[in-house]
Amino acid sequence: MITMTETKTAAPALAWNGRPRLRELFNTLGILPVLIVIAAIFAVLSPNFLTEENLLNIARQASINIVLAAGMTFVILTGGIDLSVGSILGTTAVVTLMVSLDPSFGALAVPAALFAGLLLGLANGVLVAFLGLPPFIVTLGTFTTLRGVAYLISDGQTVFNPDIGFAWIGNDYLGPLPWLVVIALAVVAASWLILRHTVLGVRIYAVGGNEQAARLTGIRVWVVLLFVYAISGLLSALGGVMSAARLYSANGNLGVGYELDAIAAVILGGTSFAGGVGTIVGTLIGALIIATLNNGLTLMDVSYFWQLVIKGVVIILAVILDKYRSKSGART
Amino acid sequence: MNAVLASVVAPPPLLEMRGIAKRFGAVTALEGVHLEVRAGEILALMGENGAGKSTLMKVLSGVYHADQGEIRMDGRALHLHGPGDAIAAGISIIHQEIKLSPNLTVAENLFLGHEPRRGWRIDRAAMNQAAAGVLQQLACTFAPTRCVGSLSIAEQQQVEIARALLRNCRVLVMDEPTAALSERETEALFAVIRGLRARGLAIVYISHRMDEVYALADRVSVLRDGRYVGSLPRAEIRAETVVRMMVGRPLEDLYQKAAPSAFGDTVLEVLELSDGRHVGPCSFNLRAGEVVGLAGLVGSGRTELARLIFGADPLASGSVLLEGRPLHIRHPLDAVRAGIGYVPEDRKELGLFLDMSARDNIALNVLPEDSRLGWLAHPRINRRADRRIEALRIRVADRKVAAGTLSGGNQQKLLVARWMEIGPKVLILDEPTRGVDIGAKSEIYRAISELARQGVAVLMISSELPEIIAMSDRILVMRDGRLAGELPGGASQEDIMHLATQG
Repeated sequence: MITMTETKTAAPALAWNGRPRLRELFNTLGILPVLIVIAAIFAVLSPNFLTEENLLNIARQASINIVLAAGMTFVILTGGIDLSVGSILGTTAVVTLMVSLDPSFGALAVPAALFAGLLLGLANGVLVAFLGLPPFIVTLGTFTTLRGVAYLISDGQTVFNPDIGFAWIGNDYLGPLPWLVVIALAVVAASWLILRHTVLGVRIYAVGGNEQAARLTGIRVWVVLLFVYAISGLLSALGGVMSAARLYSANGNLGVGYELDAIAAVILGGTSFAGGVGTIVGTLIGALIIATLNNGLTLMDVSYFWQLVIKGVVIILAVILDKYRSKSGART
Repeated sequence: MNAVLASVVAPPPLLEMRGIAKRFGAVTALEGVHLEVRAGEILALMGENGAGKSTLMKVLSGVYHADQGEIRMDGRALHLHGPGDAIAAGISIIHQEIKLSPNLTVAENLFLGHEPRRGWRIDRAAMNQAAAGVLQQLACTFAPTRCVGSLSIAEQQQVEIARALLRNCRVLVMDEPTAALSERETEALFAVIRGLRARGLAIVYISHRMDEVYALADRVSVLRDGRYVGSLPRAEIRAETVVRMMVGRPLEDLYQKAAPSAFGDTVLEVLELSDGRHVGPCSFNLRAGEVVGLAGLVGSGRTELARLIFGADPLASGSVLLEGRPLHIRHPLDAVRAGIGYVPEDRKELGLFLDMSARDNIALNVLPEDSRLGWLAHPRINRRADRRIEALRIRVADRKVAAGTLSGGNQQKLLVARWMEIGPKVLILDEPTRGVDIGAKSEIYRAISELARQGVAVLMISSELPEIIAMSDRILVMRDGRLAGELPGGASQEDIMHLATQG
């Protein structure tokens, strides 16, 4: 028989914990230092950057992307991708405005849009979970289809309603914070609770980490997949409502390219494209990095063309940094 | 040691590693490790998981750079700055996992990166001809134009050996090459390895299995905890000696099997189960507290049968009764709910969540119990995981460590722990000790015996006959997808092989 004392000497894995605190801290901080460095640079270069008003501006500009990226985090954690979030946002924004124009159903504008988003997300989920199609292909299809639908139902026009009942979402404040920001933070908090504190959260990580093993341990993978795509659709619709409330209008063009910013935020936040690894707080910081870059570069009068170049380079650098970080952290 | 060295008046070693040290951060992976192997010699390198065998081989193949020590070949110092240097020096490694491109042909794999050319085009005729030549030397029966993905594991291994030969390899390292091979394929591989020895190659053979070491090795070197323990010449190789060198103390009782007590009622009845293709119809039953071994050649349908019972694959006909009641299992979840657990053969691919913590890997199946309306009760889950980690002696710094960083034995214990948590009525274990070091093996056997003592019906699939014989109260033998027969516990290897091969 082998005894405890015997086995203790034989485990190099134990010694890997030489500097657990430092590493844990580094792992928790993740990409946050990058955000701080970027903010510090702008604070030095532009006197208007570090004002309360501008910081709120950044948060407001980030809010819709945070909401989309939260949904995207769920999907990417399962090893999937949702390219349709921008198109769902556009479609549901048009839906919410058109319903708001209807005198008898106007009050249902927001629920209708959210419900539509949920259904569209579920449709993605059904195609992925039950037909076994690759998520990239499925959502590439719905990305295109729903963009067309957004143009069709708005008849190619911009739908206006200066009198929407939910204008407060886009323009009012809760205390010092714009409702847009409050909603984004609430979405992050709810996502964090789901991922960290529910059975479903653990199962999302399990399905993303090893789908085969998840099935063989009795997890109904399809339930998890339906959930993540549905939540992504729902949050895209919430983004649509937020856009519509801010603009008092919507058209088929709304949300073009948003999926890429959402994906960028998730990846910046350290979530693995392969699934199974990542946090919602990382996504929040990733979205803030993108918004801070947009804001700071605009303040400094950098041309839009250069903004694109700089944003792209920062994303790649941040991911390189993250790769280096996780490599130095864990070795098998 | 001195006696060993003095008794051998042999040519100088072809390859020498002296005083190799390698540290990762604060961890010493290797310290003062020696290794030497002569031309025309098979050296078995043994050690528990985590003893440093793989790290040492990564130093030898240029993947890691040693912090101290030197590597000499033909008496000249080698400086390896990358895998390319090692290959150029004539050192080739065949890893446990095959590293070939399955979508390319055998010849394309053999010449990858060094394709013979005619002008700017690949000279396929020359390539296939040269490939056929090497394959013939190894007595391979497949054509060089076959797609590698269509070959068996054993054949793919031959392709890897052929590739090493084409690179003028003089030192060939094989890391547990038989792990996925059947008995017959193993024999064929041994013949090839002996042939290579006769051609003057120096062979380093890493293995956990004593019977393979007896069959092949001219000498055995043992590592423990990253240190060199010693070497034994062929004449002095004994299982007890080697095990003592590996674990640091004698291993009195590897199989912790209590004497079979009275068994309970029949728990699981399998009736005419079939997948409609290769497996079945198979019928057998398991009683409470009984360990039943399921033996058979690789490919005889053991894993497939287990997956049918567990609901992992759709069944075509037949039924499964648990405690007399018929089960309708369409999904593994149905089996789990009924109290049937399954530890799959390929723990990394099918069992574990490598990025998830040890805690979550253990608690995954009982999360609903440790939660209220879907909300996790973290303290309860933590206590549960800690209890199990201690009971099974899982070597982790704490419960938050990712499963992927653990050794094979500890990973396997995590899986066993996960199923113990559901309080199973039936537990199916598929090759529970494959790739597991002897220390962890013994603890897994102890866990199996303990489960049986608690009244769990255990079905253990294994290709290691000594393990089947020692652990089983009853032995079922499969052949070509059907149960070929049943033997009492303690049956001889010959009886089992007889049933497994001809019946």
